[in-house]
Amino acid sequence: MIDSAGPTEPAPRFDVAVIGAGVVGAALARAFTLAGARVVVLEKAADVLDGASKGNSAILHTGFDAPEASLELACIREGYALYLQIRDRLGLPLIRSGAMVLAWSEAEEAELPTLMAQAVANGVTDVEPVTAAKALALEPRLSPRVMGGFRVPGEHLIDPWSAAHGYLLQALENGAVLMRRAEVLAGRRSAGDWHLATTSGAVQAGLVINAAGLWGDEVDRRVTGESWFEIRPRKGQFVVYDKTAAALLGHILLPVPTKLTKGIVVCRTAFGNLLVGPTAEEQDDREHATLDRPTLQALMRRGEEILPALAGHEVTAVYAGLRPATEEKEYRIRTDLAEDYICVGGIRSTGLSAALGIAAHVLRLADRNYAALADPVWPLMPSLTDTAPRDWQKPGHGGIVCHCELVTRREIEAALTGPLAAGSMGGLKRRTRVTMGRCQGFYCSAGLARITEGRLAQPMLGTGDGAD
Amino acid sequence: MAQTEVLVIGAGPAGLSAATELARLGVQVTVLDREAEAGGIPRHCNHSPYGLREFRRLMRGPTYARRLVAEALAAGVLIRTGTTVTALHPGGAVDVTGADGLETLTARAVLLATGVRETSRAARLIGGEKPGGILSTGALQGIVHLNGQRPFLRPVILGTELVAFSALLTCRHAGITPVAMIEPAGRITAHSPAIWLARVLRVPVLTGTTIAEIHGRTRVEGVQLLSRGDRREVVTDGVIVSGGFRPEASLLRASHLEVDAGSGGPVIDVWGRLSDPAYFAAGNLLRPVETAGWCWAEGRRIARAIHAALQGRLPEPGGARLRVASDAVRLALPQVLPLTTKKDNGAADKLQLRLARPAKGRLRLMQDGLCLLDRRIDSLPERRITLPLPSPRTTSEITVTLEDPR
Repeated sequence: MIDSAGPTEPAPRFDVAVIGAGVVGAALARAFTLAGARVVVLEKAADVLDGASKGNSAILHTGFDAPEASLELACIREGYALYLQIRDRLGLPLIRSGAMVLAWSEAEEAELPTLMAQAVANGVTDVEPVTAAKALALEPRLSPRVMGGFRVPGEHLIDPWSAAHGYLLQALENGAVLMRRAEVLAGRRSAGDWHLATTSGAVQAGLVINAAGLWGDEVDRRVTGESWFEIRPRKGQFVVYDKTAAALLGHILLPVPTKLTKGIVVCRTAFGNLLVGPTAEEQDDREHATLDRPTLQALMRRGEEILPALAGHEVTAVYAGLRPATEEKEYRIRTDLAEDYICVGGIRSTGLSAALGIAAHVLRLADRNYAALADPVWPLMPSLTDTAPRDWQKPGHGGIVCHCELVTRREIEAALTGPLAAGSMGGLKRRTRVTMGRCQGFYCSAGLARITEGRLAQPMLGTGDGAD
Repeated sequence: MAQTEVLVIGAGPAGLSAATELARLGVQVTVLDREAEAGGIPRHCNHSPYGLREFRRLMRGPTYARRLVAEALAAGVLIRTGTTVTALHPGGAVDVTGADGLETLTARAVLLATGVRETSRAARLIGGEKPGGILSTGALQGIVHLNGQRPFLRPVILGTELVAFSALLTCRHAGITPVAMIEPAGRITAHSPAIWLARVLRVPVLTGTTIAEIHGRTRVEGVQLLSRGDRREVVTDGVIVSGGFRPEASLLRASHLEVDAGSGGPVIDVWGRLSDPAYFAAGNLLRPVETAGWCWAEGRRIARAIHAALQGRLPEPGGARLRVASDAVRLALPQVLPLTTKKDNGAADKLQLRLARPAKGRLRLMQDGLCLLDRRIDSLPERRITLPLPSPRTTSEITVTLEDPR
């Protein structure tokens, strides 16, 4: 623990400080706020969802393949149920696609019975075997080389960002505070309270929860003086195909998983594209997730092996995300590192599915007697998918700014205002989908540069000055 | 449901010239454009040469765009900007959204003139990170010429098509100094006079070179260049990803209309008529990429075809289909050639071709074992190639082959 210089005026005091505004931090902020705690969320970046949560495969997992009797499994199961329970009130989408785990070799085929037994043991009892012929009947564009598999009807597609934005916005609208560009530098305890020094000033809190994702071990060190685990970032690259490709597929197609990874998935996205990925590449760097052409080409080849009709469809986007893996597979949730401190670490690729379950679990672990909000506010998230009417379908939208994704001026204005206003171009994209379509900003970048001028903490353009 | 005789989608050179011509022929025309201002791409190409063919004057892009709009308005064309078409329906009904919400418009004929866009960084699978400061030429020109903003100071330009030199001029105008022009092919793509522009502006042109990686987390900090196996780092604060034009065919692909895999645009007959004869197309949507002047002339020609169609003077759709059977040929159009010998009313009199790679050899059009055309070709991708329009004898498929000794 490092002592920081005492502040001249008393630091604001909260019941709970959540470090990290990723999907897990957002769900924690929501759970503790609704439970009655006064919460501050500390985020080091200019906007939320800037770390591991910015690049995932946007699947709501059932937990059918999670390690048996693990905390991860329990959190996924609870998170899955909670998402279905609250999504309507928050306006969050759900595309009931179902998944198929497919075997492409005899060795993989031999694994299927074990995987199905594991699914049943995990409480996912509606799995059903499919023969190659059945798989092809369900997905006629599938390569005839498929050898068989099983269906997991409960695996669904969701919006990778609206969920986390919705959790956090509900926390904020019910009294939580978000501090951005507030990197936690150090922590110390005094008179039963935590005093956190951040790059945006000091904060005082009764309970500190570390949800710092890729920086979980470093935050442990800075606050408690030691770390008990090590983040080993695992990079995943993805290829997103044009909307014309989404018609090729219904189910989420999963491979037979290995010890290390769930493997390369082929699925639609909630926004109507088709996605292939991720890779699983170990690296030391926690900041930089680089793409490389040979790997992207290999992903495309793999996608085309599974779904031959994919060949010739245009690529709309490519991206790379980092998962905060650790030296162990299990989630690293601990309460005994320091008093009134909970570490929520090592939430790898299942964080999006498990976030609400993790938050409920941590709330129980914290075991505080807050007075739960009797009648909390439920913000309705804007619809970014075709599962509900979009803003462009309603009058008074002020015109379309991004033509490929049909994003309106009114949607952009909404994303630039309010307690969860976008702080960066990446944040604006995640809230509205601007520039994420076919043309990747060819048509709308100039308009966006005009609209966002002076309004993003991290501006869209580099030099900021005017041309002559 | 609002009605008009002809709806034109896209207020660029092709759409505006078609609308003007139709209005002069006494047809009621409405042009829809999703941008706030009509005029299309030339609006933000603040350089010459525009307008020589159309107005016998040398003009800059924005002046040219304003002139096209003025001519259309003077002819009685109704232009609706800020109006985005969201769907095309059989028979000539289109869904639109504007500030007032949704609407369905119907017309006896619909002309698609939605133009082209450049290939994105993502679609080129360029490695590295995704920082701010990576722009297409179109985005750069909008930011510089429409906004008066400067996105970076020392970018690299990827590509050497004509548009890359347009980007170079835009940079010069804005006080931006490109560090290098980068071309994956062994020679520059544009006609050779363009190279002098780079020489005069002292911007090195690196051929046989690709961008392997873009570095930087929030802003571009550098690029890694790969040239014949050698990698080297270049410090730069932006990347202009230029060219690689492809038709803006989103509406088309989501519709009932037939798309040509080679051109990325619609399948048309000699009158620019699509697989649903209520729809026509003109301009760069047909094929990447031609000059504004070419698109303007094409728009005028297709306007005459639409006029004839409205009067019932066009032959029934159909004819022989053209099929490209060579990987060296990227596209050939029109793809449907009628059997009728009378090809007036704005019919195309030339076959347009584009190569997929540099090629030299005998190009042949074969039907039923007969050779309809035999030409020697020695050309490069992105170069204009026109051939006499063949006259098919039957509706059998016509194959386009290129005997390339390579």
